[in-house]
Amino acid sequence: MIRIWAIAVNTFREAVRDKILYSLLFFALVMIAGSVLIADLTIGEYGKIIRDVGLAAISIFGLLIAVFVGIGLIYKEIEGKTIYTIASKPVPRWQFLVGKYLGLLATLATEITIMAIAYLVVLKGMGAGVTSAMGPAIWLTFVELAVVTAIAILFGAFTSPMLSAFFTIGLTLIGKMSQELRLLGQKSESDLVQILTELAYRVLPDLARFDLRNEASYGLEVEWEYVAYATGYGSAYAAALLVVSSIIFRFRDFK
Amino acid sequence: MTGAAIRTEGLRKVYRTGFLRREFVALHGLDLTVNRGEVFGLIGPNGAGKTTTLKMLMGLNAPTSGQGWILDKPLGSLEALAQVGFLPERPYFYDYLTATEFLHFYGQLHGMTKSQRTHKIDELLPLVHMERARNTQLRKFSKGMLQRVGIAQALMNDPSLVVLDEPSSGLDPMGRMLIRDIVRGLKRNGTTVLFCSHVLSDVEEVSDRVGILIGGRLQQVGTVEELVGDQESSIEIVLGGLEDLEGLPLAPQRSNARGHQIFVADDHEDARALVTAALARGGELHGYHSRRESLEQHFMDEATAVDRLEREEGAR
Repeated sequence: MIRIWAIAVNTFREAVRDKILYSLLFFALVMIAGSVLIADLTIGEYGKIIRDVGLAAISIFGLLIAVFVGIGLIYKEIEGKTIYTIASKPVPRWQFLVGKYLGLLATLATEITIMAIAYLVVLKGMGAGVTSAMGPAIWLTFVELAVVTAIAILFGAFTSPMLSAFFTIGLTLIGKMSQELRLLGQKSESDLVQILTELAYRVLPDLARFDLRNEASYGLEVEWEYVAYATGYGSAYAAALLVVSSIIFRFRDFK
Repeated sequence: MTGAAIRTEGLRKVYRTGFLRREFVALHGLDLTVNRGEVFGLIGPNGAGKTTTLKMLMGLNAPTSGQGWILDKPLGSLEALAQVGFLPERPYFYDYLTATEFLHFYGQLHGMTKSQRTHKIDELLPLVHMERARNTQLRKFSKGMLQRVGIAQALMNDPSLVVLDEPSSGLDPMGRMLIRDIVRGLKRNGTTVLFCSHVLSDVEEVSDRVGILIGGRLQQVGTVEELVGDQESSIEIVLGGLEDLEGLPLAPQRSNARGHQIFVADDHEDARALVTAALARGGELHGYHSRRESLEQHFMDEATAVDRLEREEGAR
């Protein structure tokens, strides 16, 4: 455990000392603050717009960090040759991957916490009202980022950053629409299409499951069982991706 | 169980390169034994397979075929890596860490406790002359400082085997001397050292045995004396006060800064004849040195011979 901890802390430390993350965080905070202006320009439902835009900002900037930091996480170690001194130590490669992953998750958790505090300050300041679904909505945004980070690590374990970014963004977008894909298949008269779309839905990540923005914006109730189930699903999916990444990474040569 | 620090049998590495995945054989069946407690220098031109060999020993690359053991443990196994310290060529480290944070990190990867790490860091930083930079970020280090702190990370776990890839790269003469002293110190403590270097005078100075790797094949292994022979290859004579050089048994090769003439004789008989003739003309003897073939000269001859052989085989 000490090795995973050391790698995770080092990854977190690297992110904290990286200026790019501060830039992204700055733009996220600007966008959260800017939700007030957007709400001003919109007729009616002032509070809903502020709540919605703020949550969207947290989700979008969180995704940007997860994808772009996630895909570079492994590649930078190989390209920068820092992996040579780590992989030549008695550290199983899966522990290296898990350490890097947990380090980035800690970074994302910190970023989301800062964004959420800024969001609450704006909501309170503008009297937009805090709804009960906001906490679960922000939590499930974090769970979604945990899945997306695992996807980025999977592709980062064996492809270049360009391909990795392409695949990760592609799979994330598909993941946001996988429920629609399944519904579309269920409407088909062909058994084959129904089986294939159901199979695709089972294999692809269902990221729409983590989206509680509507509930938070409209002040709807969210059952804790739903949040627990979605958290379990996200954790299991991310764990499965890390297992596959570790198997691929175990056999990788460092040229 | 052989008791060897490193043993490989038919270690072969094939890389596939380019769009057509063409095969490139980086190493052709390496059979190598490095004994415990010895300093072994691996030399060879660029692309000879030295770094490929070290990467396979360190578990960074898997051999295409063949097998090997480090301290009787299979290559790449965690048990083997736990007993090894490694400094890669042109090392890249996390430059946002301070020297102390950096060494703590590598100590943690070895599973060391905080007090063990602190004690070891206090011991290693003075050894590599870095105690004044302990709280400086690595991004502010010179190339030589990075190399020195890199050696410190390789020694964090008190390894039984230390593998150094081009440890003198980018170092000034003082830095090179420090590396030689560290290697000698490790040998005194019974640590086995395997190192690759292009600085052949360093290899000659500290190695018990040397392996010459050319074209992915181990061409020769032996002590420096076995490789270059301990016979003198020529005698250098330095003479001064000679106004007329005509008619001497040998012609001077060059002159030094003091204006003395430097002659090179093949044996002592020729040298004596030259000195006798020079003294008879009122000359002064300023130097008389036997010269032995250097490892560098031997290596160049070997590399040229292998290159010629490969060209001839290619032409056939």
